[in-house]
Amino acid sequence: MRIGEHPVLDFDRGKKVRIYYNGQAVEAYENETIAAALHAAGIRRLGESGELHRPRGIYCAIGNCASCLMTVDEQPNTRICIVKCRDGMRVDEQRGRGVLKV
Amino acid sequence: MRETEILVIGGGPAGIRAAITAAELGAEVLLCERDGWLGGQLIKQTGKFFGREYAGQRGFEICADLLAKLHNTAKIDIWLDCPVLGIYEDGVVSCQKKDRLEKIKPQRMIIATGAAENFLAFAGNDLPGVISAGAAETLMHMSGVVPAQRALMVGAGNIGLTVSYQMIQSGVEVAAVIEAAPQIGGYLVHASKLARTGVPIKTGYTIQEAYGEGKVEGARIMRLDETWRPIPGSEEDIACDAICLAVGLNPLAELCWQAGCQMELIRELSGHVPLTDENLQTTIEGIYVAGDICGPEEATTAMAEGKLAGANAAASLGYDTEQAQAARLAALAELGELRAGPMSARIKTGLDKLREKGAAKHA
Ligand SMILES: Cc1cc2nc3c(=O)[nH]c(=O)nc-3n(C[C@H](O)[C@H](O)[C@H](O)COP(=O)(O)OP(=O)(O)OC[C@H]3O[C@@H](n4cnc5c(N)ncnc54)[C@H](O)[C@@H]3O)c2cc1C
Ligand code: FES
Repeated sequence: MRIGEHPVLDFDRGKKVRIYYNGQAVEAYENETIAAALHAAGIRRLGESGELHRPRGIYCAIGNCASCLMTVDEQPNTRICIVKCRDGMRVDEQRGRGVLKV
Repeated sequence: MRETEILVIGGGPAGIRAAITAAELGAEVLLCERDGWLGGQLIKQTGKFFGREYAGQRGFEICADLLAKLHNTAKIDIWLDCPVLGIYEDGVVSCQKKDRLEKIKPQRMIIATGAAENFLAFAGNDLPGVISAGAAETLMHMSGVVPAQRALMVGAGNIGLTVSYQMIQSGVEVAAVIEAAPQIGGYLVHASKLARTGVPIKTGYTIQEAYGEGKVEGARIMRLDETWRPIPGSEEDIACDAICLAVGLNPLAELCWQAGCQMELIRELSGHVPLTDENLQTTIEGIYVAGDICGPEEATTAMAEGKLAGANAAASLGYDTEQAQAARLAALAELGELRAGPMSARIKTGLDKLREKGAAKHA
């Protein structure tokens, strides 16, 4: 959910775009991070832990903790809390450590 | 390889103020920020500040003024999306710029990378929905996203209290704020403002467990006795879809470790901090620090420290004018004034301990 009226802030969300979470279309804005767009869409699960396969979501939202790693446009281990949305972006849950695209 | 007189690492309030101060004194400055924007934690703060200089201004407004000043100051080059990755023995710094590794050779460095929010041990703490208080603030104020429908805040220091109030402003129901200590840690004004909205602030409570299927659906809290032990039978379940942790910060000082700065563990400064002298210079000549990396404090003190480090770094390069001296004294006066209150007792104890270690080293 997004904030409608705020007593102090006006939000400049920028252009509406569409990103894809595991193939599923999600409405987003270009001035928000991928993590924010997914959160607004009610998506909390971003991946799973390596050993016990427990679900993972955001923790710090500023790039400090690596709890939000996903594969973005085929690039694994992307901290989605500090990457802004772009139209057509593919954001996929990552299994394992991923292979770096070079 | 890019050469510069002063490299500032981190574009939060400390780094920005350091860059402005040094450039105003005539030094050539390169500012590297890992995010695609500047402002650090200050840019998302909506609360009104206290103190003489910024009284009544909101954090993001102070940040906007600071950024305007930064962009109007000559001799500052800014690299965004540019995390600094390493500092080598020969003083070469590497950073990631676009998809390349860039090298920088600065004559002086000011590290102002801030602090990271702490985590807390309890069952289920890895469930999606357990987030830091800062994450809630970031979602709300940077992106306009509601972090939760109903949240539990853990920690009644200033961050826990202010972010709880901000959540209410964004339409979140705050179920409660719990605090392990027997009293509220933050300013009374923040606590009263929150209490007036009807949010219970429960002191002497801890979180036992986060539960839910795949994500947070609730929290089990428990009362603590005088020895901080959970009282059996005092369990209470609170339905919520987010558990926000506001349990302190620790300095983000990896780059100081890497550079070989002497580090000291000072509890009152929330962890390992670089040993500094009164100029905020570390034990490595030419490397200065400012802001939360010296011990998490407030945006106002971060700015004053930035000014102090910026003035000293520039002065050490020969820009040692009357103006530099004035900036240095002004920064010290500012810090003295900001730390005069009883809430700064802990930080002051920590800084005293740090200076004692420094004195012992020189003896
Ligand atoms: C949730 C929260 C609420 C707060 N509310 C208040 C408040 O209401 N009032 C108040 O006075 N204080 C508040 N504070 C404290 C205040 O925000 C900090 O004391 C202040 O921001 C510290 O400034 P800084 O510049 O040292 O660090 P930061 O503001 O954290 O900035 C550090 C910057 O360095 C960058 N960085 C980190 N590592 C690297 C790297 N390797 N390379 C390049 N860049 C890097 C970061 O991206 C960031 O931009 C709050 C803190 C938090 C966490
Ligand atoms: S949530 Fe911590 S790095 Fe993204």
